[in-house]
Amino acid sequence: MTGEAAISWTLTRATARRVVAQLRHDPRTIVMMLAVPTVLMILLRYVLDNPLALDRFAPEYIGVFPFVIMFMVAAITTQRERARGTLERLMAMPLGKLDLLAGYAIAFGLFACFQITVVMVVSLTWLGVTLPGSAAPMAVVAVLDAILGMSLGLFASAFARSEFQAVQFMPAFVLPQTLLCGLVVPRDHMTAVLRGLSDVLPLSYAVDAMQRISSSASWTAAISADVAVIVAFTVAALIIGALTLRRRTR
Amino acid sequence: MDMSASDPLVRANGLVVRRGGRVILDELTFDVARGRITGLLGPSGCGKTTLMRTLVGVQTIAAGQVTLLGLPAGHPKLRARIGYATQESAVYSDLTLIENLRYFGTVLGLRKRQLAEVITATVGELDLTGLEGRVVGTFSGGQLARVGLAVALLGNPDLLVLDEPTVGLDPVLRRDLWAMFHRLAAAGTALLVSSHVMDEAARCDYLLFMRDGRFLAEATPAEVLRRTGTTDLEAAFLSLAASSPAGQREGAGR
Repeated sequence: MTGEAAISWTLTRATARRVVAQLRHDPRTIVMMLAVPTVLMILLRYVLDNPLALDRFAPEYIGVFPFVIMFMVAAITTQRERARGTLERLMAMPLGKLDLLAGYAIAFGLFACFQITVVMVVSLTWLGVTLPGSAAPMAVVAVLDAILGMSLGLFASAFARSEFQAVQFMPAFVLPQTLLCGLVVPRDHMTAVLRGLSDVLPLSYAVDAMQRISSSASWTAAISADVAVIVAFTVAALIIGALTLRRRTR
Repeated sequence: MDMSASDPLVRANGLVVRRGGRVILDELTFDVARGRITGLLGPSGCGKTTLMRTLVGVQTIAAGQVTLLGLPAGHPKLRARIGYATQESAVYSDLTLIENLRYFGTVLGLRKRQLAEVITATVGELDLTGLEGRVVGTFSGGQLARVGLAVALLGNPDLLVLDEPTVGLDPVLRRDLWAMFHRLAAAGTALLVSSHVMDEAARCDYLLFMRDGRFLAEATPAEVLRRTGTTDLEAAFLSLAASSPAGQREGAGR
């Protein structure tokens, strides 16, 4: 494991650039990554068709949509890297596992920023979502949620033996979280077992932070606590992801 | 690292690899010398790829030792000194040739001017000039195989491990690649080249004939022919396979 803990900025940046270049050659994926959350928000606006309900629910969905998309994109990209042999090639080269994962995190984090800018601009202007305070806390939490989704996707892909399995991790890992995170039913109304389950799932904290942002004019200690949990889950998923990335096969 | 230039680059002693309870490599002892092409010849499924993956350090060893440049296989210091080309080329099909080479070159420690010079030289050597800006996914099979080789050559490695590098290539290209392998060997590089086509065995300086995870012979092509009393290496392989313990069992079963 010599040298595994070290991270090289040059190699991390080269990896991030490579991932961005791969996406750049695939304009349809870029358009979908940027447009899908926004289209879903427009849909939500007309499904609810009630400005008060929209103000209440829109922030939660702005936290969830990028999370889900980033999870899928990251899980499939890494699975592809395994299936095509490029991961094995990199593992035989002087590239640190953390260089690889951090490179992915930076590249996808960058796309998450664009994605969230688009969805927030459209929601706060055209769709007329109003927030009690400034838009900055919402932007910060949404980007962190997207990066959380990405790191969980990287982590989940370690357990996928095929792209087909990686795709199915979306419903398997993500849909239970969307049911339990307070989006469908408030978490206070759940039974003790479900509530306990929801307490250990990361998306619950993402939605909780968004609920607090939509009901408070300023940043509160409770939002900070939610953000700390989101960041902790992200870092843990990346570290476990690095540990499950094996240089040698048995 | 007490190594002199005349020592073999790779030394394997009693190497055993198991996968899923099956013995893939069965107590192999061999060297790969510098400055020559060692051919790893045998039918597909005999363990050639597993042996190569072991040298590169991506395969767990069950027993025995493998050292390269005096270090155990998989040592981090070896990663920049071994070039490895797999059968499936293992490059990013959604990137252009130049983007692939820039990324892998950077990972191998090349920077700026040096990176650009090495890429230009490698692209020329493998006859890929003019394709730099094209997305690799649009390449023909032969072009793709050469991209995989190009990545393996980028770091100017001490050892080149090439898994069936000439499969499916046209004869002219195959001749050119073997000429390049000989040039690299003459410059001191150790090459381990696998093939299941016996007519490639004659192009190697030294042969490891492999079957069912064991070696049937380790010798120069001339020595193999002399020992088996045959005139071509295909016949030599058949004669060795028939007289091996496994071959005799098969013969008795019939």
